[in-house]
Amino acid sequence: MTDMKALYLLVPLAPLVGAILAGLFGKQIGRAGAHIVTILGVAIAFVGSVVIYQDVAAGNTFNGTVYTWMQAGGIDFEVGFQIDSLTVMMMLVVTFVSLMVHIYTIGYMSEDPGYQRFFSYISLFTFSMLMLVMSNNFLQLFFGWEAVGLVSYLLIGFWYERPTAIYANMKAFLVNRVGDFGFLLGIGLIAAYTGSLDYQEVFAKAQELSVTEMAVTGWPLLTAICICLFIGAMGKSAQVPLHVWLPDSMEGPTPISALIHAATMVTAGIFMVARMSPLFELSDTALSFVLVIGATTALFMGFLGIVQNDIKRVVAYSTLSQLGYMTVALGVSAYSAAVFHLMTHAFFKALLFLGAGSVIIGMHHDQDMRNMGGLRKYMPITWITSLLGSLALIGFPLFSGFYSKDSIIEAVHASTITGSGYALFCVLLGVFVTAFYSFRMYFLVFHGEERFGKAHGHHDHHGDHDDEEPSADHHHGLAPGQKPHESPWVVTLPLVLLAVPSVLIGFFTIDPMLFGEWFKGVIVVGDNHVGLKELAENFHGPVAMALHGLQTAPFWLAMGGVALAWFFYMKRPDIPAAIQRTFKPIHSLLENKYFFDRFNEIFFAGGARALGKGLWKAGDQGLIDGLAVNGTARLVGWVAQMSRLFQTGHLYQYAFMMIIGVFILLTYWFNKG
Amino acid sequence: MTDIPLLSLAIWVPILGGLLVLATGSDRNAPMARMLALAVAVAGFVVTIPLYTGFDTTTSAMQFVELTSWVPRFNINYHLGVDGLSVFFVILNAFITILVVIAGWQVIQSKVAQYMAAFLVMSGLMNGIFSALDGILFYVFFEASLIPLYLIIGIWGGANRVYAAIKFFLYTLLGSLLMLLALLYLFMQSGGSFSILDWHQLPLPIEPQILIFLAFLIAFGVKVPMWPVHTWLPDAHVEAPTGGSVVLAAIGLKLGAYGFLRFSLPIVPDAAHQLAPLVITLSLIAVVYIGFVALVQADMKKLVAYSSISHMGFVTLGFFMFNPLGVEGALVQMISHGFVSGAMFLCIGVLYDRMHSRQIADYGGVVHTMPKFAAFFMLFAMANSGLPATSGFVGEFMVVLGAVKYNFWIGFIAATTLILGAAYSLWMYKRVVFGKVANKHVAALEDINGREFAFLAILAFCVLAMGLYPFPFTEVMHASVNELLRHVAVSKL
Repeated sequence: MTDMKALYLLVPLAPLVGAILAGLFGKQIGRAGAHIVTILGVAIAFVGSVVIYQDVAAGNTFNGTVYTWMQAGGIDFEVGFQIDSLTVMMMLVVTFVSLMVHIYTIGYMSEDPGYQRFFSYISLFTFSMLMLVMSNNFLQLFFGWEAVGLVSYLLIGFWYERPTAIYANMKAFLVNRVGDFGFLLGIGLIAAYTGSLDYQEVFAKAQELSVTEMAVTGWPLLTAICICLFIGAMGKSAQVPLHVWLPDSMEGPTPISALIHAATMVTAGIFMVARMSPLFELSDTALSFVLVIGATTALFMGFLGIVQNDIKRVVAYSTLSQLGYMTVALGVSAYSAAVFHLMTHAFFKALLFLGAGSVIIGMHHDQDMRNMGGLRKYMPITWITSLLGSLALIGFPLFSGFYSKDSIIEAVHASTITGSGYALFCVLLGVFVTAFYSFRMYFLVFHGEERFGKAHGHHDHHGDHDDEEPSADHHHGLAPGQKPHESPWVVTLPLVLLAVPSVLIGFFTIDPMLFGEWFKGVIVVGDNHVGLKELAENFHGPVAMALHGLQTAPFWLAMGGVALAWFFYMKRPDIPAAIQRTFKPIHSLLENKYFFDRFNEIFFAGGARALGKGLWKAGDQGLIDGLAVNGTARLVGWVAQMSRLFQTGHLYQYAFMMIIGVFILLTYWFNKG
Repeated sequence: MTDIPLLSLAIWVPILGGLLVLATGSDRNAPMARMLALAVAVAGFVVTIPLYTGFDTTTSAMQFVELTSWVPRFNINYHLGVDGLSVFFVILNAFITILVVIAGWQVIQSKVAQYMAAFLVMSGLMNGIFSALDGILFYVFFEASLIPLYLIIGIWGGANRVYAAIKFFLYTLLGSLLMLLALLYLFMQSGGSFSILDWHQLPLPIEPQILIFLAFLIAFGVKVPMWPVHTWLPDAHVEAPTGGSVVLAAIGLKLGAYGFLRFSLPIVPDAAHQLAPLVITLSLIAVVYIGFVALVQADMKKLVAYSSISHMGFVTLGFFMFNPLGVEGALVQMISHGFVSGAMFLCIGVLYDRMHSRQIADYGGVVHTMPKFAAFFMLFAMANSGLPATSGFVGEFMVVLGAVKYNFWIGFIAATTLILGAAYSLWMYKRVVFGKVANKHVAALEDINGREFAFLAILAFCVLAMGLYPFPFTEVMHASVNELLRHVAVSKL
C-alpha cells in the first residue's frame, strides 16, 4: 500500500518537476531538453495512472492526507488524495490527452521563440489538473480549480504581444473569477455548517444539511450550497451566461485549445458536480437549475457554431454545446453519463482541435475556412482523422460519441424533473445543429473547390468584434500558387492515437461505466431519479444499442444535419448567402453572439470603471479630501487669519481690548450676584 | 537563552545601529554607511529569530517578558513581551528592514547615511510598538515612529512631498491624541496602572467603554487606514521613496490593526461587540468601494495603495466577527500583506528607477525587455489578487470562511474581492507588462540586476512558502487568539 501511496504522489509531481525544469532552466537545457523533460514527466504520470487504474480495477481505493496545510477555527485544512474509479478515469484522460498534446506541440510550436515556456506551462497545467481531480477535500479542489485557471490565463495570453490575446486572457480570468466567487461561497457554507472540508465527512452530513435552513436568509441550505458550487462550475465549464470567455480563449495556441479548452480543464465543472453527487441528489431545485442552464448552453451555443468562419471557433462553440450536454446529464442525475460523455468528448474533441491545428499549420496560419477547401488531397491523415472525430461528435452509431450522447438523450427522455421537457427539446434539436455545423466545417475545409492560395483580404469578416479578430501577424496564409502540405509525424501521430479511442472507447466502456459496477459507491443516485435506471433495463449490449440507434430520432436528426450541410455547402453554396440576406436580424443576432459580449463590455466593464471613477472623484477627492480634510485645513487657516487681525502689535489696542474684557467680566459678575 | 533580553535587542540594535550609521556623516562615506546599515539590519533580524524558534505555542501568556521600572512616580514601566498576536510582526519588521536597505542601495544617492539611519531607527521603534506592554511606552513608540517616516517622505519624497508628509503627520497625530486621553482615563480607573495587561482585566461601565472604543477606533482606524480616514495613504505612498512605501505598507499599516487586537477588543469588549456592526460596515466599504477606486487609478503606486486599503479592510473585518477563522485569517492577511504589498511597491520601484514614471500609460510591453522582472511581477500581482498557493489567498480565504459563518451576506460582499482584486491587479499588469513595446523608453529598459533579483526572489519565496504551508503561522497564533476570543466573550459590565 505504501508503494501505491508513493505512486499517487509521483503522478502529479512528475509533470511538476518537468514544468519547473523547463520553466526555470529553459535556457540551460535548450529546446530539446525542455520537451524531453516535460514529455518524460507526463509519460511517467500516464504510466502511473495506468498502474493505478489496474489497482483500482482490482478493488483497491485510497483516501488519505498528504499533509496538513493549516489548522484554524477547528477545521483541518489538508492536502490529500482520494483515489477511486472516478478519479482514476479522469487521471487517465488527463494524462493521455496531455501526453498527446505534448508530442504534438513539438511540431506545432517548432518555430516559436517561447518553446520552453510553452512546455513548462502545459506541464504545470497537467500537475494542477491532476491535483484537482485527485483531491479528497474542497480546499485542494479550489487550489486546483484556480491553478488551472492561472495556467489557462498564461496560455491564452501566450502570444502576449497580440492585443486580442491579452484581452482574451484577462477576460477569461475575470469571468472565471465570477464563477469562483460563487464557488468560494459554497465552500464557505459547507465549512460553516459542517465544520469540515473533507468530502467524505461532508457527504456523511448531506442528509442533515438537506433539512437545514440558512441562518440569515432562511434559504434551504443544501440547495444554496449546490447552486453556489454550480456557479463555480458554470465559470469553469463555460455555461451560459459565464460562457463568454471560452470562444475568445481560442487566441491561445491550438495545442492548449485542445488540452485545456476542450478536453480537460473545461470539464472540471462537470467532474466536480459528479463528484458532489451525494449533495446534488438531495436538492431537486439545484438539479433543475443545472438542467436548464445546461440545456440552454447545449442548444444556443450550437447555433453560434453555424455562423463561424474561423475553424477554431467552430470547434470552440461545439465544445460549449457539448459541455451543455454534459451539464444536462448532471441535471437529470445521469452523472455517470455526464462523465462518460466527458471522457469520449475529451478524445474526439482533442482530436478535432489538433486536426484543426494541423490544418492551420498546412494553411500557414490562416484560420478562415472560406480560404480552404479540398484539403483532403493534400492532408490525408488530417482529413481521415478529422472525419472520424466529426462522426464521433455527431453521434454516429458505433462511434464513441454515439454511446455517450444517446445515453444522455435517453436519460433526459426518462427524467421527470422540472425542466426535463425543455431539456429534451434542446438536446434533440442540438443533435441536428451539431451535425450541421460539424459537417459544414468538414465540407468547407476538406472538400469542394480549392479556395486557398488566392490573394485574399479580410473581406467581410462581418460584424466580428474587432478585438476578437485573429490578429494579423499570425495570419499569413498561403501565397498564391502555394499548396498546403501534410504536417510532420509529431503532429499526425497524436491524431492517429486520439482517433483510436474516439472511435472505439464508447463501445468498450459503456457497459461498465453506465450500467455496471464501475462507479458504484462513488456516484450516488437517489431512488426517485430514474433516468439511467430505465436505460439500464433496456440495454442489451453495445451492438444492440447501435442497431437500435438507427431507428431513433437522434440518428435521423444527425443525418438530416449532415445532408443539409452537404446540400448547402457542396451542392448549392448560393443558398446560405441567400438565407443570410433574408433573415438578416437573426443572422446578426448570431453573428453578435446574442450580444453577450457587448452587454458585458458596456454594463459590467464600463459600469465598474464609471463607478470607480465616480467614487474616486466624488467620494475621495470631493467629499473626503475636498470638504473634510482640506476644508478643515482651510477653516483652521481662516480662523488664524481672523485672529491675526487682532494681533496688531500696538500696545494701546491691546490695552483697549483688556479694558473691554474687564468690563464684560465685571458686568457678568455683578449681574450674577 | 531566556535571560537574553531579545525584545530589547530587537528594539535597540536597529536604533543604536542607526545612530551609528548616522555618525558616518556626509555622502563621501556613503559606501560605508550602506554596508554598516546592512550589517545592522541583518543583526536586527538575527536577534528576532530566537523569538520564533523559542516560542512556546502552548500558552497564551506573554513571552520573552522584560519588566523594569521607568518612571516610578507614575508607575510607568519598561515592560515588553510578545504573544501569538504580535511575535510575527517583530520578525516581519526586522525582515522587511533588510530588504529596504538593499532596495535603497543604488537609488538613494543623497544623504545616504541619514536615509539608512531613518529606516533603522524606525524599525526599532516599530518593534517597540509591537512588544510594549505598558500604555505609555506604547504611546511613546507609536508617536516616535511617525517622525522617521515623516522625514523619509519629506526629504526623499517626490514633488508634492510636503503636502503628503504633513497630511500624513496631522492625520495620524490627531488620531493618537484621542488615544492618549483614553490611556490616561484607563490609568485613573485602574488605580494608577499603565499596564495593558491590567487594563484587560479592568471592569468598565458601557458608556466609558464606548468612548474609549471610539477614541481607539479613530487612532487605529487612521493608521490602518479605514474608510473614510484613508485619503492620506495614497498621497503618502505616491510621494514616498520606494523604501518608505514598502515599510509603510508592510509594517506601518499593521500598527493600527494590531492596536485593535491589543487594546480595543480586550479592554472594552462590550463596546467592541456593540459597535462591531459599525466596524464591519466600514470594512466592507473599504473592500468594495476602494476596490472600485483602485480599478481606475492611472498611477501604479496609487493603485497599489488603494489595493492595500482594500486588503486591510479584510483585516478589520476579520477581527470584528469574533470567530477564530476571522481573527487568525486577519492576522495571516496582515503578514501576507507585508510580503505582497512590499513586493508590489518594490516592483513599481524597479520600474520607476528606470523610467522615472509611475503612470500606467507610459508603459506597455515591458515583458519584451524585462522578462525576469515580468515573471516576478506576475507572481506578486497574482498574490495580490489572492490566488491559491500564494500567501495572499490564505488570509482572504479564512476571513471569507469566517464571514460566511458569521453572516452569509457579509461573506457575500467580502468575497467580491475575488473579482475586484483580480480586476485591478491584472488590468494593471496587462497594460504595463503585456502588449507590444509601447515606446523607446520601454525598448531601452534593462532587466533586473542581481541585487533586485535577490530581494524579489526572497519575497517570492516567502509568498509561495506561506501559500503552500501556512501551518507554522497559524500554529503560533492559536493559543493567543483563542484566549483573546474567550476573554472578549466575557462581559466587563
